[in-house]
Amino acid sequence: MSVIEIEHVDVDFPQKKGKVVKAVSDVTLHVEKGDIYGIVGFSGAGKSTLVRTINLLQKPSAGNIKINNVDFIKDGKQVISNKDLQLERRKIGMIFQNFNLLNETTVLENVAFALKHSKLSDEELEKRSLELLDLVDLKDKADFYPVELSGGQQQRVAIARALANQPDILISDEATSALDPQNTQQILDLLKKLNKELGLTVILITHEMDAVKRIATKVAVMEHGKVIEDGNLRQIFLHPKQELTKKFVGGSLEAISTLESLNLGKLGADEEVYQLVYSIANVTKSIIIELYRQIGVEVSMLYGNVELLNDEAIGTLVVLVKGDQDKQKQAREFLNEQNVTLTRLDEKGNLYD
Amino acid sequence: MINWLEQIMPNVFQLGWGGDAGWGTSIFQTLFMTFWSAIFGGILGIIFGILLVVTKDDGIRPNKFWFNVCDKLVSIFRAIPFVILLAFIAPVTQKIVGTQIGMKAALVPLTLGVFPFYARQVQVALESVDSGKVEAAESLGATIWDIIFDVYLRESRSELIRVSTVTVISLIGLTAMAGAIGAGGLGNTAIAYGYNRFNNDVTWVATILVVVLILIVQVVGDFFAKKLNHQNR
Repeated sequence: MSVIEIEHVDVDFPQKKGKVVKAVSDVTLHVEKGDIYGIVGFSGAGKSTLVRTINLLQKPSAGNIKINNVDFIKDGKQVISNKDLQLERRKIGMIFQNFNLLNETTVLENVAFALKHSKLSDEELEKRSLELLDLVDLKDKADFYPVELSGGQQQRVAIARALANQPDILISDEATSALDPQNTQQILDLLKKLNKELGLTVILITHEMDAVKRIATKVAVMEHGKVIEDGNLRQIFLHPKQELTKKFVGGSLEAISTLESLNLGKLGADEEVYQLVYSIANVTKSIIIELYRQIGVEVSMLYGNVELLNDEAIGTLVVLVKGDQDKQKQAREFLNEQNVTLTRLDEKGNLYD
Repeated sequence: MINWLEQIMPNVFQLGWGGDAGWGTSIFQTLFMTFWSAIFGGILGIIFGILLVVTKDDGIRPNKFWFNVCDKLVSIFRAIPFVILLAFIAPVTQKIVGTQIGMKAALVPLTLGVFPFYARQVQVALESVDSGKVEAAESLGATIWDIIFDVYLRESRSELIRVSTVTVISLIGLTAMAGAIGAGGLGNTAIAYGYNRFNNDVTWVATILVVVLILIVQVVGDFFAKKLNHQNR
């Protein structure tokens, strides 16, 4: 069941002299209950603008938006009253890059603020707020002011606040971008735990592919306001179609910079550079040795990396293969048979079309 | 000591404490005018400041009409010099307090004189609240009143105290001019009993009292502004 249905959504930002910037154009996205849906792309790709239409912090210019089976937007027009929108928003939690806690209230009051309209008595409200803080391991900081906490702790308070009304959906808008790697990991693990234990649907916007690799089940890649590719994380990772996606996954950005620093010079007529991405569990043969043994090409390793993709080990290799045209073709066919995703690169690590 | 003081500033002592021209009376008049016009002007200023922020283009309830009404009203009243405002709105004063002269009559022009100044300062203070916090509150399903009271006013409270301090201080300055419509006060004492009668000692003492009053307001304001600040700065 789709909890988030975004159909043909446009977001236009009118500029001076009648010009219009299309921040989001014709995006269709369906998110199922229990998904951890990663949305990746470089800055300015329109990720934030797109997800802000989910709780109408951003009003779209065209399209349909239906959340939890309630129509928010039809044909670009808001069809939900502001009053109902307030109620629906309580079922959609959101956390931000800058945490956005209220600095003049204590941690406990920050959480209680979200419960203001819950009709709980004062004691129940405090009890519930403390429970929420306990969930994020910050019960002992209840009487602190946000400014007295670290960034990671502040983000956890923000998560407790976002979960106060027991939402079905949690939107994380670059929530780990301002944190150090350790805190980032902690927050991501927490999101995954909440997803598993509470069945929370998580929308994870980020420009860090690592975050998505760690916890997402599905991914959409955005560029220039459009979703250029979406699907299962594994599918996208092992069989990327778009050039940008290929750059984003498989640690290719790192591979490219490695190639650049290697300064290979012009490739010989019998040399080719390939990027190989594969699931380690699926590769039963030692592919590099087999390439030599079966086909007779020489393979030199230029870059290698193994990383966990939602708990599955994925390897990335960049290799230089030496052999004539015929052998090169055989090598490619062999690798395809082995379920290895193959991308041809030039000597600087750029992708061939 | 007293004798010596009496010798170097005889006119100060001649005015006495009580009576129409007494020091006690003029201090009371200044405090009375400052206090009540701060209350009335403060309420008006906060209301207008909030309206300006809420109805602004990117506010939480954008409304061009009301924004323009508030904006123009504030701008017009700010443009009128206070001494002229005193005379200009005399008929309105007559309607509201039943008289055009005296301490109570001065409250109307003082309130109208100070509120636009305060409204602008409140507007700036509220706008200093990070829009991300407002968005976060909206994403939690907060009502417009939650956002006004728990986000805008609460988050900017330290800044609000700071601008209120500045406003009260400039208000004390305005009360000095209210003497022009017979409202009394320390300003009036300095001009009418001091300057006009060549009694420089009276002018000096009145000035010192005003300065002391302003310093007290400043110190108290700074103390609370600092105490209630938990922002990342």
